[in-house]
Amino acid sequence: MEFFVIKLVLVLIVFLVSLGVAAYSTYAERKIAAFLQDRIGPDRAGPFGLLQPLADGLKMFMKEEIIPTHADKFLFILGPCIMMMTASMTGVIIPWGHGLEINGSFYPVQITDINIGILYVFGVVSIGVYGIMIGGWASNNKYSLMGAIRASSQMISYELAMGMAIIALIMTTGTLSVREIVEQQHGIHWNIFTQPLGVILFIVCAFAECNRTPFDLPECETELVGGYHTEYSSMKLGFYLFAEYINMFISAAIISSLYFGGYNFPFIDQLGLSPNMLSMLGTIIFFGKIFFFIFFFMWVRWTIPRFRYDQLMHLGWRIMIPLAIVNILGTGVYVLFKNGQLHF
Amino acid sequence: MQLTNRSKVVVNKEMTFAEKIYLPAVLSGLAITIKHLFKKSATIKYPEQTRPVSENYRGMHVLKRDEQGRENCTACGLCAVACPAEAITMTSAERKKGEDHLYREEKYAEVYEINMLRCIFCGLCEEACPKEAIFLTDRLVPSDFVRTNFIYGKDKLLEGTSAELRVDVSKRINAHRKL
Repeated sequence: MEFFVIKLVLVLIVFLVSLGVAAYSTYAERKIAAFLQDRIGPDRAGPFGLLQPLADGLKMFMKEEIIPTHADKFLFILGPCIMMMTASMTGVIIPWGHGLEINGSFYPVQITDINIGILYVFGVVSIGVYGIMIGGWASNNKYSLMGAIRASSQMISYELAMGMAIIALIMTTGTLSVREIVEQQHGIHWNIFTQPLGVILFIVCAFAECNRTPFDLPECETELVGGYHTEYSSMKLGFYLFAEYINMFISAAIISSLYFGGYNFPFIDQLGLSPNMLSMLGTIIFFGKIFFFIFFFMWVRWTIPRFRYDQLMHLGWRIMIPLAIVNILGTGVYVLFKNGQLHF
Repeated sequence: MQLTNRSKVVVNKEMTFAEKIYLPAVLSGLAITIKHLFKKSATIKYPEQTRPVSENYRGMHVLKRDEQGRENCTACGLCAVACPAEAITMTSAERKKGEDHLYREEKYAEVYEINMLRCIFCGLCEEACPKEAIFLTDRLVPSDFVRTNFIYGKDKLLEGTSAELRVDVSKRINAHRKL
């Protein structure tokens, strides 16, 4: 019983935190866009415009809900639901902190640590493609369909390279559990130092998976009106847009836990604090890393223009995947060499 | 004929390896954008802040009164004739007994309208006026949702009688004297 209560509370906290972070990511996106373009950005709703996400959300709720006559009503509603659900499901396996010791029992700050954690993320993210595809298909609009086809082909293409980048990581860590991967990076033994090429591949693929610039072809306004969400209005559109920000938050969390040490930080043993304090400090630092990567996502968005579709496919299939294979081979040699099984 | 040295010949050359991996270009782009993060923003928060305008700026008109608070305008119609945009219309009326404190001369403008959507703010009305009744000021014409609201009558153009409602046009008068 106690187990369920704790897990339920954790699920609620993670869900609410990801919603909150996503809401304020929309604000941060607009502010950062403004600052990078020498503007001020939203500053009218509340102090520094801090109530802007609330105003935006309220606006979305107040908008008229339109379902096109020729749209498949069931699928049309299902699309944003899948998108939102898969976006908020990936937060389950991320270790947000080491854990707290209360009255002699240990509570890890993680909803569940499944031994195939990374595969779970890939599985759930792949379902996310259905959210876009179903939404685009059900709209019965050529632009939506084009956007959806682009989105799904892009996400499938980049998932391959992403999976291969992860395979190289798993070869060095020897586990699929995200918690164990993070624990192995204790102090400054971060995976970025053993997998420099893997990091670049993974981050680029994460951009493509989140449909962020320079890979935001699915909603390429200049060509496709609005892409897969052309026909969507009101909160259903809000869900699509919001899911993108949750995905960004989760990708930032996954990048920082897989390659940048998660809740570990340098000189963790030299501080001489109690384990509970260290754990809390670790969580704060983990969130710092996440926010940095969210900032990085936005920073890149306001720097690089969009790829052309054939350039995107060329990059995915003819550069990323061969590079990922080279990375796997190199990692294999490195692992054998480290274990002393390779003799020259 | 080549006028400037700024034109560049387009060459469709093969990208070098460094260009093909994109990352150096991406990083230099990121460096440029991050520099802008620390630059001062160019925004002017309009209703609270306004841009500094030139001394003889030509903005919204004002119909002046004399020192005793009487309207200067005699509805002669010279401004309407001078107006290249045909934005000014008026109806004249005769001053009645007991209205001496309202109008300076025996004829006055009962209706005086400027269509602010037609007006090109050239200032010719001001030059044409023999009575120093109309001036352009450094005030801006505010935006609106309805076209008819842009036809400004005497209620919006005429300055008030009390000292704080008077509109200062000394800068415009000085500008004219300089000419």
